[in-house]
Order: sequence, then C-alpha cells, then structure tokens
Amino acid sequence: MTGAAAPATGSGFVALAALMRRELALAWGRGGGPLFACAFYVGLATLLPLAEGPTPQKLAAIAPGAAFAALALSSLLSLERLFERDYEDGALDLLTLGPLPLEVVAGVKCLAQWLANGVPLALAAPIVSIALGAEPRLWLINLIAALGGGLGFTFVGGIGAALVLGARRGGLLIAVVVLPLFAPPVIFGAGAVEAFGAGLEWKPALAFLMAYSLAAAGLAPFAMAAACRNALS
Amino acid sequence: MIWRLTVENLALARGERQLFAGLGFSLVRGEAAALTGANGAGKTSLLRAVAGLLRPEAGRIHFDDLAGVEIEADVARSRGLHLLGHYDGLKSIRTAGEELTFWTRWLGGDAASLAQAVDTLQLDPLLNLDIRKLSAGQRRRLALARLIAAPRPLWLLDEPMAPLDASRRALFGELMQTHLDGGGMILAAVHDALPIPVRELKVGLA
Repeated sequence: MTGAAAPATGSGFVALAALMRRELALAWGRGGGPLFACAFYVGLATLLPLAEGPTPQKLAAIAPGAAFAALALSSLLSLERLFERDYEDGALDLLTLGPLPLEVVAGVKCLAQWLANGVPLALAAPIVSIALGAEPRLWLINLIAALGGGLGFTFVGGIGAALVLGARRGGLLIAVVVLPLFAPPVIFGAGAVEAFGAGLEWKPALAFLMAYSLAAAGLAPFAMAAACRNALS
Repeated sequence: MIWRLTVENLALARGERQLFAGLGFSLVRGEAAALTGANGAGKTSLLRAVAGLLRPEAGRIHFDDLAGVEIEADVARSRGLHLLGHYDGLKSIRTAGEELTFWTRWLGGDAASLAQAVDTLQLDPLLNLDIRKLSAGQRRRLALARLIAAPRPLWLLDEPMAPLDASRRALFGELMQTHLDGGGMILAAVHDALPIPVRELKVGLA
C-alpha cells in the first residue's frame, strides 16, 4: 500500500471531524490525561530544589532551563499509548480503510495529543518556572516557548511511539529513541527564555524553536505512517 | 465501485514461514466464498492481504469495476471494503454509541444508515453502555453494525459467527444474504458452515 491520498470529498471532512473528536476524547483519557501529566511536571520540578540544596540563587539562575527540561520529560509520559491501543485492539487496521491516508490520521492523533496534553503542560510551565525562582516577567515568553516546544515534543515523540509498536517495554524504548531528538527544542526553548531574561537577542532562538516544531509537525506524519504500516504487516 | 476481486498466483509468508503459494481465485458481485483450512493455514493473513495490510511475497490482488477497468487499490480499499477481524477496534473506555457513530462516519456512512444498523442489529439498549461492559456477542454485534452503517460492497469477515447466539446467527445469515442479493461480495474465513450458499476455497500448503 502506498501513501497516495484518496481525493478529499465531503465524506473526507466528515471523517476528519469525527476522527478529531475521537482523538481528543481518547487523548483526554490517555495515561490519566492532562491532570496526571501536569502533576508529574510539578512533582519533577519540586525535586529539583530538593536536590540542589539551600541556595535559591543558584537554582533561580538555571530555573528556565530546568523547567524546560522537566517539560520535555513530562511530554513523554502519555506518548506510549498514542498508537499502541489502536494497534492492539485492531482500530489501526480500520483506520487504514477510511477516506484519509494514514499520514493524516497520524497528524490528527498528534495534534489532539498536543491540545489535550501539550497545551495544559504549557499553561503550567510559567507557574513551575516562577516557582523555581525565575523572574515573573518571563511568564509570557515561557508560555510561548512551552507551547511551541510542546508541539515539537509531541510530533517527534509520535515517531518514537509509532516505531516501537509491537515491541515489549515500548515506553522505555520511546524515551531512548526520542530523547536525543528533544535536544534542539530544549536548547532553543530554554535559550530563548534565558536570553529574554538577560536582555539579550531572544528572537532567533525562538524562531529556531518554532521552525523545529513546524518542521516536525510537517514531516513526522510521514514517518509515523510508514512505521505504522510496517507494524501492521 | 468494486465489481470483481481477483487474486492471482498469491504467495504469503509470516516471517520465515511460507503460508501458501500459487493461490488464485476471483469473486464477482453477488458471490460469497468461504476460506477453509487448518489453524495457522493463512486464512486471516489472506484477508489482511486483500485489505492491503500485508504485503504479498508474490502474486497480485486487484479490484475491477463493472467495465473491467482496474481500480487503484488504495481507492478500492478506502471506499469499497470492510474488514471484520478478531480484534474489533472498539475502545473499552468509550460507549457503544460513541464508537459506532465514529466508525460510521470514518467509513463513510450517514445518519440514516446508522439508524438502520442500530435497528437491524437490535443495538438500541446497548448504545449508552461502556464497551467494557458488553459481552463478546454484544461486541461482535456492534462490530457487525459497521457493515450495515457504512455500505461497502466487499466484506472480509474473519470468523464472524463465533461469539453470536443461535438467533443472532440466523439474523446475520439473513444480513449476508441481503448483502449478496444487493450485489455485495463476501470473503469469509470460517470453521463452521455459513448459512448462505458459498463456494469453498481451501487455504494452505498442499
């Protein structure tokens, strides 16, 4: 089966809307949903000052970067189930028989995952960052970087989730596959926030972050669909 | 729309193991074929190959329209066939109604055909229940409802009768007969005889 798109017709839009609704409902409930991911995020951020010791100034200096790294880890949490449930219960078979190609299905799944998990995490990001000692005036750049970075984390993470389909201990494998690919958004996301805080030129870093995330959103669906087809055959 | 399914000189393998080779048959509108063979002979794999999920080792599968012109396989599969396997694709945390509505829209059905499917398969009392609370037979009826809710000519069925009770087996027999009378095609992997006139196709290495 090649990935050639069936021509989109009226039924294509109905199917797309139905898929989006289903994926949002599933993403909302997956792995405990956004509340669980946010609790993990806050918990992780709470451990940092405990590990760092009784010098809040030291922590405040690295707060934006530390908060962004914690965000990356929290984004991984519910990715394991992105394709796995559909693969195990046969839904992925049926999704290949619909009017839209698997590439679109994969893109919609990631978009729903981002809306249901990435956006709530991004909303928590400024709070976590301030709690770690970052200056409150950084909240907006923090939020923007977390929203953009989260989009990249979700789509790149989706490639990992599709690649490990059918493997045992898939969750651990995803982390190993995907964490190296999380390096650029962490560098640019945390870099943009740090630069803004220090009064330096912050726009290039933010532009790189957005470019990375949009490229991931554009290209990752092809990789995810190929990995899914491979797992099904 | 699909008028004829043709399988030519097909060979399938799972890993290193050859399931069968040199299999050929064709199915035209109004015809049903029952795939028989021992466990592991490759009946399910053949259905998955027809659905485009498995890549054949050799041979080809193609779909022709009324004029004998070959339809692009992706288009034929995304508009013209249903696959009903062991795994029904139903999510345990969602309600029967939500799942049936989603699959109907995904597979190209509309509200009228959905209502007809609910009526035919007597699903009304189940629609508000979570999938995890359904019995195996109820889940199968919900999966069968897709066939009615989104009309498509070629049905690929894998042991469709297994979890159904006697009266529902008779009902599903009628549904299959109606589908054939309306110009549909059925390719079913079975162990027990189907309650409709079928051609038998033996699958497996000779």
